[in-house]
Amino acid sequence: MKFMGYRRTDGTVGIRNHVIIIPSVVCANRVARGISQLVTGATWVEHQHGCTQLGADAALTRRVLVAHGTHPNVYGVVVVGLGCETLRAQNMAAEIKETCPDKPVHLVIIQDEGGSVKAIAAGASAAREMVGGASCMERIPSDVSELILGTECGGSDACSGISANPALGVACDLLIDAGGSVILAETTELIGAEHLIAARAVSEQVAARCYDVIRRCEDSAKAMGVDMRGGQPTPGNIEGGLSSIEEKSLGCIYKAGTKPLQDVIDYAMPVTKKGLIWMDTPGQDIEQLTGMVAGGCHIVVFTTGRGTCCGSPIAPAIKVATNTAIFEKMKDNMDMNAGTIITGHESIGEVGKRIFTEVVQVASGKLVRAESLGFNDFAIKRIGPSM
Amino acid sequence: MEGIDNVAIVVEPIEAPAEIVVEAASDKIVVHITDNIPFGHKFAIRDIPEGGLILKYGEPIGVARIDIKAGQHVHVHNLESKRGRGDQ
Repeated sequence: MKFMGYRRTDGTVGIRNHVIIIPSVVCANRVARGISQLVTGATWVEHQHGCTQLGADAALTRRVLVAHGTHPNVYGVVVVGLGCETLRAQNMAAEIKETCPDKPVHLVIIQDEGGSVKAIAAGASAAREMVGGASCMERIPSDVSELILGTECGGSDACSGISANPALGVACDLLIDAGGSVILAETTELIGAEHLIAARAVSEQVAARCYDVIRRCEDSAKAMGVDMRGGQPTPGNIEGGLSSIEEKSLGCIYKAGTKPLQDVIDYAMPVTKKGLIWMDTPGQDIEQLTGMVAGGCHIVVFTTGRGTCCGSPIAPAIKVATNTAIFEKMKDNMDMNAGTIITGHESIGEVGKRIFTEVVQVASGKLVRAESLGFNDFAIKRIGPSM
Repeated sequence: MEGIDNVAIVVEPIEAPAEIVVEAASDKIVVHITDNIPFGHKFAIRDIPEGGLILKYGEPIGVARIDIKAGQHVHVHNLESKRGRGDQ
């Protein structure tokens, strides 16, 4: 099966053709936003990191930011630095250019430009050129086997596990049968269901890794000395009928379909295998979303029972409501309704096929609501303190 | 739902008292609902003794903190999670 995508010179395919402005440090957020505000067609991210970070924590921030630049959904990048930060903007820009030599990459250092006004002007000029170039590219037929789909459920309710998640599982199976890749994530929300996913691992090593990442996640929650139920399930999950993390997880796992688990990878690491991959991410929606996109995911299907609006700056997130009431109430933000399974109007298989068809259409250019409404949510997992 | 499950979720709110027939695998169980059950919430379809496993999707989702009678609302007030318990 084909979709219409943007072929990159490195052989990858993108489903969007974004120009993105990336600050290397929190101090450059305003300039990054200012550049994007001047250039129609440019998007940007803001974050709280990039300075006084150490070791693996600093490396993780850099990996996530660079991966948003090298992402196949991105045509061109403006990297903005302040000039004195730990995470050097010039190194980030060089790394993006090294990985993608044909991608337009422009560097703006605020202290070198002579302040924020001049930096915004310089960045906007470069971004304008890129947006012009991006507009000349044409989509060409590409195989769905090249797609990497990220799965996510946020604002879950008790319907998640019986409507939208099983339907998304059907869509994932269809994409994997067609040769594509699917990311399962949110490790916290697999606590209590790890034995089910480990039983599908392709090797003993992968199965052992399933238990290992769950143990580390649960141990870090226990180290806080409190009941996880203070934060997971969330108050909204509990109002929706979910009573424990185990119950939430057992509903979550359905979105991963039924195919073998090929690998377990760390947060924001590149997805290099076909089939089902588990990325070890937090359950917090935006950190998870950002990690999956950094791993190369082109498109996300996001199921929600309580209703959520979020979206990545560079990868469309299709929102699937788990119940008809929230679909109607938050219609501006919901792309699809799986509540028809609850009311008996559609089967899980029928909704699953609809989700798969929507994935192909969105991959070909159909805008999801989070894109039309300008969501550019972005959050990087931290593994160390600021110094 | 799975045959060994001892809770069921409601797909429309139920006001007590009510009588509901639950189909679990090949079993048909008549349950007298004694609590109001909000949309998406659970009720016990069998008596669950204090400390007994609460089963949904055929898997444990916690244990009963107190004796739970068939027809009662099952939620955070009477279901104890066993995972991520740094407080114990």
